[in-house]
Amino acid sequence: MQTINLHEAYDADFVAKVQEESEQNLALCYQCGNCTAGCPYTFVYDIPVSQMMRLVQAGRKRQALSARSLWLCATCESCTTRCPNNIDVARVMDVMRHMARREGYATEKGVKTFWDCFLDSMRKHGRVFEMGLVAAFVTRTGRFWTDVDLAPRMLPKGKLPFTPHDIQGKDEVRKIFERYQARSRS
Amino acid sequence: MSQALSYAYYPGCSGMGTSKEYDQSTRAVCKALGITLIDIEDWSCCGSTPAHTVDHVLSAALSARNLAKIESMGQKTAVTPCPSCLTNLRTASHRMAKEAFKEKVNALLDAPYDNTVDTKSVLQVLVEDLGAEELAKRVVKPLSGLKVAPYYGCIMNRPPEVMEFDDPENPMALDDILAALGAEVLPFPLKVECCGASYGVARKDIVAKLSGKLLGAAAGLGADVIVAACPLCQMNLDLRQEQINQANGTHYHMPVLYYTQLMGLALGLPERQLGLDKLCVDPRAILRAALNKPAKAAND
Repeated sequence: MQTINLHEAYDADFVAKVQEESEQNLALCYQCGNCTAGCPYTFVYDIPVSQMMRLVQAGRKRQALSARSLWLCATCESCTTRCPNNIDVARVMDVMRHMARREGYATEKGVKTFWDCFLDSMRKHGRVFEMGLVAAFVTRTGRFWTDVDLAPRMLPKGKLPFTPHDIQGKDEVRKIFERYQARSRS
Repeated sequence: MSQALSYAYYPGCSGMGTSKEYDQSTRAVCKALGITLIDIEDWSCCGSTPAHTVDHVLSAALSARNLAKIESMGQKTAVTPCPSCLTNLRTASHRMAKEAFKEKVNALLDAPYDNTVDTKSVLQVLVEDLGAEELAKRVVKPLSGLKVAPYYGCIMNRPPEVMEFDDPENPMALDDILAALGAEVLPFPLKVECCGASYGVARKDIVAKLSGKLLGAAAGLGADVIVAACPLCQMNLDLRQEQINQANGTHYHMPVLYYTQLMGLALGLPERQLGLDKLCVDPRAILRAALNKPAKAAND
């Protein structure tokens, strides 16, 4: 188990920002560990979710934002559902993930790339084009063998169209992304 | 059924591809039950998990574009078969109840959303608006003898303050539907555990572990089939079953059907409307054995 040294720098801005963006009162967490007990992903986390909560309380920005756990949380909502103090823990994890993204921490590159490819696909077509998404992921990661074993199982069933289905309003969807990016820059 | 049931219908992207049979069977059973699904013209992707991992306003805006369309259709209630779409649409509405958040979302949209639409899962309207008793009356081919493990997935009912449907730890909606169809519903202890979600592509090891547990628990209970309500769960358990077997040294051969496919069979719809041929682990032999058992109730 990792020990947190509370004498290291306390980043008050970080604590305030997580609190503001998640709309959660972080001080309510008293480390009961219920979130970690129910989290199906603890086996791949470097830092369990209750310790992530402690890191943010302690203002340990760098350590929290560089955790691989942020990229491995599936938002299955177990933690949020079970928190005895009604903290939306999954939302806190999500918000830290937003910050990690903004500040260039991405410790699970494959996961981030997959999500990025997904959003690129929907930005382009208005809906996700599954075949294109996997192709983009393979291209960007060089993981050529990703799911090739599934192709013979899927293709004969006609469940994986080869061509994207662009919607008429795809420009409206693209503009949502553009306005979001313009807002984030300002 | 007391009055005409009619909803705007949001199929979700996977319904056009990897979960075609879910969309197909949902439409078929709703039609058979007199539930009208009105297509939303030119709907777009809700952003699913990837959008909310980037920003909550962006994520809500991608959902709100669709909700605004539903609003302009004059519809009050939308339904979707997909729990991921459901969670995004509902979370957007939930957060947009706050004026400041709503303004930020609307600033990203061409047409603003006034937040008047309620979104429910197809499962929810089946149990709450139609009712399991009503469904039971329509069954012509009871699934008697078929042992099913009802698997809801993690986010159909959670978090409870957003989803406002059934129990977050031990939901029963799917159990009740399957019981109404005459199936033997097993008490599936992992009914809301996560299957590994969208990590199948980037981190197969995660899906092998989590979905492997689900397959093991269902097999351990003696289930003939797992019944899924989520396209991603179904895909992990069915399409990736061989990958999971290889990773874990197991030999499961467990059909994973959408509950709407089983409903269709029990309602006497032809198989070709239900997309059974699109499943990787073929369920047909097991289903035939169960459905053709002699002692089923006469259709009176």
